[in-house]
Amino acid sequence: MVSSADLDTLILTFKVAAIATTLMLLLGTPLAWWLSRTQCSWKALINAIVALPLVLPPTVLGFYLLVLMGPAGVIGKFTAWLGLGTLPFTFSGLIVASVLYSLPFVVQPLQAAFSMIGEQALEAAATLRASPSDTFFTIVVPLAKPGFLTAAILGFTHTVGEFGVVLMVGGNIPDETRVVSVQIYNHVEALEYAEAHWLAGCLLLFSFSVLLVMYTTLKSQPVAHPFK
Amino acid sequence: MNEIRASFQLDYGEFNLEIDLILPGTGITVLFGQSGSGKTTLLRCIAGLQQPSNGYLEINGVVWQDSKQGVFLPTYKRPLGYVFQEANLFPHLSVRDNLQYGLKRITKKPDLAALKQTVELLGIGQLMERMPERLSGGERQRVAIARALAVKPQILLMDEPLASLDSKRKQEILPYLSRLHQQLDIPVLYVTHSQQEVAQLADTLVILENGRVLASGALSETQNRLDVAQAQEQDASTVWLVAIAEHEPSYHLTRVIFSGGSLSLPAVEAKIGTPLRVQIYARDVSIALEAPVATSILNVLPATIVEIADAHGGQSLIRLQVASQVLLAHITRKSALLLDLKVGMAVYVQIKGVSTLIHQ
Repeated sequence: MVSSADLDTLILTFKVAAIATTLMLLLGTPLAWWLSRTQCSWKALINAIVALPLVLPPTVLGFYLLVLMGPAGVIGKFTAWLGLGTLPFTFSGLIVASVLYSLPFVVQPLQAAFSMIGEQALEAAATLRASPSDTFFTIVVPLAKPGFLTAAILGFTHTVGEFGVVLMVGGNIPDETRVVSVQIYNHVEALEYAEAHWLAGCLLLFSFSVLLVMYTTLKSQPVAHPFK
Repeated sequence: MNEIRASFQLDYGEFNLEIDLILPGTGITVLFGQSGSGKTTLLRCIAGLQQPSNGYLEINGVVWQDSKQGVFLPTYKRPLGYVFQEANLFPHLSVRDNLQYGLKRITKKPDLAALKQTVELLGIGQLMERMPERLSGGERQRVAIARALAVKPQILLMDEPLASLDSKRKQEILPYLSRLHQQLDIPVLYVTHSQQEVAQLADTLVILENGRVLASGALSETQNRLDVAQAQEQDASTVWLVAIAEHEPSYHLTRVIFSGGSLSLPAVEAKIGTPLRVQIYARDVSIALEAPVATSILNVLPATIVEIADAHGGQSLIRLQVASQVLLAHITRKSALLLDLKVGMAVYVQIKGVSTLIHQ
């Protein structure tokens, strides 16, 4: 059965994923909007940086974050100056790392959804007295709803499944940074296969059902809106 | 000041626009030209969808743009209505919500009575709860026109609203546009490359070519300029404003009058006195030196030659004055030489065919 310590890691995992997903949507939406509209020559560079975690080994990303956020790193010095201490091996540090690691899973579906909304829809709204921000919330957001759904689900599930970055930046501190994937590793290390099975089964079931719901919902949504 | 002053300079390298226009603040002004002439770009500049490097725009006394003073009203602050080539309805909103989208943004208490009137004018009352994807092309475009009118614009801009429709759908919409013509008291700028639409709708005609104004003025003057007619080649025509004087049901004919004469037309179902637009193609007009005594052609009128020009393919284009009206005739250059036509000569014109355009 799932012990109370295991239950704590499950709760912590979902807490991290929920907070990180919220932050990623807040950060990723303007970023994806900018990337989908800009003609700026920096676009390729920014696109590459955002997509980097897709190909980089999580340990590499974790390693750099550990160095940068540590007492000698640029971010570490800044957070120390703010009186926040340093971020590695804290809950906040784990959130920062999760956001950076899963951001492409949020930005890319949003960017694709935004790109599909033609310039004409925005122009039509402008001729109907809608300001740019008004247009964004009343035209762009509803039309990009499938994109937002995909982004939120992929961002959340990917954060739940992360391991390498957590181990590098967060460590293995109960109730602080010990998430499910780390706990499964602990169980396997201690040869507690039964407990590992329970947790692994939970994650498998969770990920599968979320993806199933997502694809079922998206199928019934008119995703491709040819603008007429 | 009941007029529109527009002056724009825009340079895209391979295409540049240089426009300086003063247009009447009422009626339909048609911006006519081939693709690439800059007519849509001009309309987009007026809407503020495109920002020219140098521009001045004044609509009925209010300055919307003056680059010398650094004035540029963004599109959403300009009191205009815009109808796009594709209807461009919001696909996630019903017809009703599409119509109310702009309305809600001009006032907190929408004037639903006025909206109802617009809906009736365009005959879309039964479509209100439908989603745009379930409308036909013609219905979509009518909703788009109603949506643009719902915001009570001070000027209506229409960018080839019929271009994406087949000819049957066009005929379905034209009567509505004609009705708008009668009932709207705001100026309409209408972009098209169709001479048919020019003939049916224009009060004022602006002809654009390569980003420049080739001719601009009242339809009756502009359409008859020979350089303009030459540019239209085979389809050069004249539009006359006439009124129904008499019906001859036994011959299935209707007689209409214009100041200084009358014409017989195929029967038109309308009351005596109804104003009409008729279109006479230059190729349907022939010239005789004396009044033809025995001819099958009903419409023979005395005329004076005003101007003669060579047209393409061995043709001559003749501009004539028929009482107060101007008329164009396309004849062969050989006939022109044989008859020894000269400017100022009194002749007779025989008009083979007159087409009646939609009722005014």
